[in-house]
Amino acid sequence: MEAIFSYGFMQRALIAGLAVAVTCAILGVFLILRKDAMIGHGLAHVTFGGVALGLFLQVTPILAAMAVSVLAALGILKLKEKAGLYEDTALGIFASVGMATGIILVSLAGSFNVNLLSFLFGNILAIELFEVWLSLGLTVAVLLTVSLFYHELFYLTFDPESAATAGIKVKRLEAVLAVLSAVTVVLGMKVVGILLVAALVVIPSAAGLMLAGNFRQAMLISAVVAILSVFLGLLSAFYWDLPASGSIVMLSFLFFLMLFAVRVLKRRVNRVKSGILS
Amino acid sequence: MTTDSVQVRVEKVDFSYEATHVLIEVDLTITRGDFLAIIGPNGSGKSTLLKIILGLLPVQQGNVILFGQEPAHFSQWSKIGYVPQTIAHSGVLFPASVEEVVAMGLLSKKKFPKILRHRDKESVEKALERVNMNDFRRRRIGELSGGQQQRIFIARAIVNEPEILFLDEPTAGVDAETQQRFYEMLDMLNKDHDITIVMVTHDVGIVTKHVNKVACLNQRLVFHGTHDEFCSSSVVQDILKGEHHLVCHRH
Repeated sequence: MEAIFSYGFMQRALIAGLAVAVTCAILGVFLILRKDAMIGHGLAHVTFGGVALGLFLQVTPILAAMAVSVLAALGILKLKEKAGLYEDTALGIFASVGMATGIILVSLAGSFNVNLLSFLFGNILAIELFEVWLSLGLTVAVLLTVSLFYHELFYLTFDPESAATAGIKVKRLEAVLAVLSAVTVVLGMKVVGILLVAALVVIPSAAGLMLAGNFRQAMLISAVVAILSVFLGLLSAFYWDLPASGSIVMLSFLFFLMLFAVRVLKRRVNRVKSGILS
Repeated sequence: MTTDSVQVRVEKVDFSYEATHVLIEVDLTITRGDFLAIIGPNGSGKSTLLKIILGLLPVQQGNVILFGQEPAHFSQWSKIGYVPQTIAHSGVLFPASVEEVVAMGLLSKKKFPKILRHRDKESVEKALERVNMNDFRRRRIGELSGGQQQRIFIARAIVNEPEILFLDEPTAGVDAETQQRFYEMLDMLNKDHDITIVMVTHDVGIVTKHVNKVACLNQRLVFHGTHDEFCSSSVVQDILKGEHHLVCHRH
């Protein structure tokens, strides 16, 4: 196995992949419990528009996508607040507009289809050094934010109304979560692609929630699931020539199924113990 | 009534959603030691008034003064406890133990970075004891019944030892026996721990046995007075006619 990671591209893939995996898993726990799981999906659509804009304007696509995605995430919050819309409706509007922008720009340019495909399906093995640094920076930012604001984020996730009456700046924290989610989705796009990035946010975190007894455990289990999925996904890409993005997502789904089965078994054992089932 | 004893003052407050008036020129004063029930028919603006007092909705017109400050600039959050009508995400999957939920209530006292210390555990235990739920402290919140969850949310609201506790329809969906125990617990908090209680409720019949003040809203404040005055008020009886069977007696 040492030989695989002697290649520079594999080292970059592993470092960036693990960093993004941990970030997605931790943020995913908050998003799922706030019933915002689809934000990953919606922002991925917006990201498509951002990438297309970057390619069209000949600006680094990942940076253009990041700017567009962050603006969209904040726009979704504003639209929800000002127009009184439900979050999924505001998200639906931005996702559609992002996608439509991408399609129009692709049609206008007509020359960057191959590049765009790598963003759609992900290309972790072609990750560049500055993207590795971006991923590491994001991971540090997310871990620091979650550590410093852990209790506030926990309260906000559980009961935003009461959190406001405890003096927590709810709108400000929601904006922080939205911005971190937007940046995470853009970096996740390099790992598994626009089409699958939502899976990286949702599946490991959902797996973590199957067994966690408390909030910290949920983040820890989710991070472990995400790390294993990326690591094993990279191995399968190397050894069996499978697409890394699809393998990572399928492995995380497999872990989810395993933890779900353990949860069902655990509940059954508890019921038998308490005499509800014979 | 001394100025010190006034905790909340609402003056000429109007509020509307789009073109619908919800509150019109509402005046209300809440003083230390009150156990106040805010009652009224559906859509009378009870919950809206509570949310305006707490700063969850803006003051569109009029004034609200909470412990000497406007809600928009309020900073003495540890003086306040709040139990909302519904908790957004307290489902079975939410990975929070009862202890963790109650500890959330301590955050209003803390400065940045808000870290819970070991001694905070004692406050959590004390709050759980007050609501008689200490045996459940390691259980997941989602595993508890509606009535048990309400007790936990009260523990969360009082863990800071607030001076005033606001409750929005706290007994909705709870059976009659649990309701009775719940009101007895509020009585105890009000009398033994000197916590002012402000409760929005539909439950006029039972509430009048426990509270010492009643405010009746029907967009305007149509009544604000003591329990005895309430029971003899014909205005209130007219407004609540048909919606509630009013029994005015004490234990």
